Amino acid sequence: MTADGPANETRAKHHRELLQQMLRIRRFEEKCAELYSAAKIRGFLHLYVGEEAVAVGAVGALRPEEALVSTYREHGHALARGVPMESVLAEMYGRSTGCSRGRGGSMHLFDAARRFYGGNAIVGGGLPLAIGLGLADRMQGRRQATACFFGEGAVAEGEFHECMNLASLWRLPVLFACENNRYAMGTALARSHAQTDLALRASSYGMPAWPVDGMDVIAVEEAAHRALAVVRDGGGPCFLELRTYRFRAHSMYDPDRYRDKAEVEQWKVHDPIDGLIGRMRTDGDLTDSDLEAIERELSDELAAAMEAAEAGPLEPVEDLTRFVYSERS
Amino acid sequence: MTTTETTYREALRVAIRSALTRDDRVFLMGEDVGRYGGCFAVSLGLLEEFGPERIRDTPLSESAFVGAGIGAALGGMRPIVEIMTVNFSLLALDQIVNNAATLLHMSGGQLNVPMVIRMTTGAGRQLAAQHSHSLEGWYAHIPGLRIVAPATIEDARGMLWTALCDPDPVIMFEHGTLYAMSGPLDDAVQAVDIDKAVVRRPGRDATLITYGGTLRISLLAAEELAGEGVEVEVIDLRSLRPLDDATLLDSVTRTHRAVVVDEGWRSGSLSAEISARITEQAFFDLDAPVERVCSEEVPTPYAKHLEEAALPQPSDIVDAVRRATRDGR
Amino acid sequence: MADESFDFTMPSLGADMDEGKLVEWLVKPGDVVAKGDIVAVVDTAKAAIEVESFRGGVVERLLVEPGTTVAVGTPLATLSARGAPAELRPSAPEIVPEPEIVPEPAAAPRRPVVEPAPAPQRPVPAAGPLIRKLAAGLDVDLRAVRGSGHRGAITRADVKMAADARSARPSYRISPYARRLADELGVDLAAVHGTGRDGAIRSDDVRAAASVPPVPTAQPVKTTAPDTAAQKAAAMRQVTARLMARSKREIPHYYLSTTVDVTDALAWLRGRNRELPVPERILPAALFLRATTLAALRVPALNGYWVDDHFVDGEGVKLGVAVSLRGGGLVTPAIANAHELGLAELMTALRDLATRARSGRLRGSEMTGGTITVTNLGDLGVDAVYGVIFPPQVALVGVGKVVSRPWAVDGLLGVRTVTTLTLSADHRATDGNTGARFLDAIDQALHQPDMLWEGSR
Repeated sequence: MTADGPANETRAKHHRELLQQMLRIRRFEEKCAELYSAAKIRGFLHLYVGEEAVAVGAVGALRPEEALVSTYREHGHALARGVPMESVLAEMYGRSTGCSRGRGGSMHLFDAARRFYGGNAIVGGGLPLAIGLGLADRMQGRRQATACFFGEGAVAEGEFHECMNLASLWRLPVLFACENNRYAMGTALARSHAQTDLALRASSYGMPAWPVDGMDVIAVEEAAHRALAVVRDGGGPCFLELRTYRFRAHSMYDPDRYRDKAEVEQWKVHDPIDGLIGRMRTDGDLTDSDLEAIERELSDELAAAMEAAEAGPLEPVEDLTRFVYSERS
Repeated sequence: MTTTETTYREALRVAIRSALTRDDRVFLMGEDVGRYGGCFAVSLGLLEEFGPERIRDTPLSESAFVGAGIGAALGGMRPIVEIMTVNFSLLALDQIVNNAATLLHMSGGQLNVPMVIRMTTGAGRQLAAQHSHSLEGWYAHIPGLRIVAPATIEDARGMLWTALCDPDPVIMFEHGTLYAMSGPLDDAVQAVDIDKAVVRRPGRDATLITYGGTLRISLLAAEELAGEGVEVEVIDLRSLRPLDDATLLDSVTRTHRAVVVDEGWRSGSLSAEISARITEQAFFDLDAPVERVCSEEVPTPYAKHLEEAALPQPSDIVDAVRRATRDGR
Repeated sequence: MADESFDFTMPSLGADMDEGKLVEWLVKPGDVVAKGDIVAVVDTAKAAIEVESFRGGVVERLLVEPGTTVAVGTPLATLSARGAPAELRPSAPEIVPEPEIVPEPAAAPRRPVVEPAPAPQRPVPAAGPLIRKLAAGLDVDLRAVRGSGHRGAITRADVKMAADARSARPSYRISPYARRLADELGVDLAAVHGTGRDGAIRSDDVRAAASVPPVPTAQPVKTTAPDTAAQKAAAMRQVTARLMARSKREIPHYYLSTTVDVTDALAWLRGRNRELPVPERILPAALFLRATTLAALRVPALNGYWVDDHFVDGEGVKLGVAVSLRGGGLVTPAIANAHELGLAELMTALRDLATRARSGRLRGSEMTGGTITVTNLGDLGVDAVYGVIFPPQVALVGVGKVVSRPWAVDGLLGVRTVTTLTLSADHRATDGNTGARFLDAIDQALHQPDMLWEGSR
């Protein structure tokens, strides 16, 4: 806990919010899997189930004016950032009311107003954008951070190393949030990296870097606050290796042959939602009726989002070529 | 009108200086743009004038600094990113094609990328196969990018500001043989349009369509042909994407013959695109097949005689025009 | 290959022919006919003409009795396509098998096979051994030839066209703009001479063609094939009348004449003739034909056609010769490729042509396409001929009688052998100065008789 963290009285409320947000992502994505199977959603669908603590803990530590760059597994980040569920779902439905007007889909959620810069589906491709956003903040005298989420697979990309170097060289205000879920699609970390200690590798570029239990939302939140304080204070970039695990396959197409069922079950023991619920019950911060209320609320929100997405108009085909170039007045 | 004798290189430098002075959001970034003064001495002296924040030497990390330019543009800056040659730009192709060109559309119109990428293109300096190619046609293939090619001192001076004012990414191709070109420049020139092709020499018998480095040899060829009584209209495309079809077609429907001169290779090229558009839109005005003068389909060789043999020469253009007009004039 | 029957029809032997009389069959049922074989004699209003079959086969039935007049296109006989093209094997050895021997058919004409055999679609065009031999001789790659015959089979004509296409100007090359312009200006592209790459017609060619005010095209006249000699003579008179009237109506003639000293040329010819056996001796008439041919090559503006307001170069001299027939009337068969013939060969051609013309054995192809015509009335004692041009030609050369006259040479008066040559020319195609150059070219040729001997090729 940070020194100025929530006091006991507000702790319960805050943890309830963290739980609500993680559950919201979980229920949303479970619904997405169902809708995908029903062919309501197409394209690639990469689910975040099991990793919710990372998005909720880290994104929650950002200020509204701070930018966020994410990957193609970004539903959790988008929802945690406050992108309305109905606009996220409408995007997956390919509707005009979607957050990218039906042009992005699951992998390309954008929300300029919330400084949510996607939704980048080239592994490692979002890192340069993040350091550029950080550079812009620096050059314009804004003391704020940009958070860049990426998976451990990106660490193998040349762009990762170019960006680590450049960000550290120029002491850019960027938080590199590496979601190490141990598999780059189907390739285990140890099968693709000579050095699997990712924090160690990042630190070689001369920036603070440390590993965090990515299944513990409180730990993630605390680490994010610490790192962001350094970044905002002109200390240059920080790197967090958020150790987590996805419970579902890489995408809906993935038969999940590359890992043991036992391994998945073993990680499910550390389900971040179950973990937080246990902790809250121990602290006396959560009752069954509280949980029911949260679930009911989420169920209602989800139903409303589905209804809105279903009802959302399709972008007119005449507008197909809009947004290739900016429209001039 | 007062004019000053200057060079293409100096005109570019004046344009950058002027942009840096006019708009605080503008900065120049690239390899050796600062201390070294620019690989082709374009930015010589600007570091001293504007300081290292705005004249930023980068590591040899094309992907990172081009991507950082995109991010900075998203963050409210107006970056000018210099890449030494188009061959090196391939290291940043991911950022240019997957990010700069797509973000506006992918985000449903939310995120435009106002940046300018400058790079050297073309052969003629015995720099062999990794410093000499003309790949601008590739970039001109990509929706979301604007591609310009200043072929004159006036365009070198005036295109940059217009490009910086454009809300979308503009790539400016500077042919390596042009930097030392000297001539008078109207002191009043601040900005020129980057939409229109321009007739550099009027004529009635055939239309020579070219841009960038081959404009000069096209004008030489036109001069030689004039001695034979063949009046060639020479069009400088200036904008390679979007192509100014109207100017091309207006000329071809008057001359009924078209010759495209492009230092790029013939196969799948910009010259192929232009030829196709003429055939599509002016077929019934054509009195001869569209001719093309392109580079030989070899990686550019080092030895002078081989390099010359590989590149379009004035005599090749003269021959092509003769083929197009033979006995039919 | 299944048998397939096809019709041999009344050919059109000229633009002004729309019916003809079958005079004589030269084949009977069961006869094997090769493509190009003469199968019948057809009488038009102008001449009896031997007509050929354009496809090979076996004659099955003769459908029209000699003496019958039928419209152009009427089936005259049924043939069956035998020795049908074998499948082309691109890798076939160069050895060409002998043509198949077609067995003698039964006495009764064979019935045409009616059920069309649904042969599978051939991936490559078919060509028989004769076609392959022809192609080898002409150095034509059959794989590149598009077959126009049955099921895409390659015919002799296809091979010849492919061979010709290598040298000849393909007339279908027309630029899109030229095509549009021709449409706008009302120019018939078939009559436009292309000057662009590979002979392509381009806009300027169309403009050149359009610069002459259009002249209404004469309608083809209906002819009636004659029966009796008197009717025949009358019919021929009518045809000539129409043709000459059209010429005088449409062609603005101009006339030039010159008297040429042929003393030396005739002396040279006598010398040559002493070396030749009597039947091969060369008549003075051939000298004038040869000199005209050379002049036509030197002044090509007079060698060709005026078609739809445009001059079309003849591209080689096909020399028309006016031949008066014994029974009255006039035909003008032409000697193809006259420019390639030496004097002796020209004499042979002239002799053959005159003989066949007078016996009514001219071929259809000889009746059309002359690029310039010579009419020689000198034998009949006239001093000079001011002739009428045969449309669509643009020039006619008249030869008067060869006569001894007092003549000054180098200031000395002597007796020389002279003849008067006349040029009738189409003023639409050329002007007087061109005509003058042409007559001068004939004069010069006759003064250099050695040049007359060899063919120009």
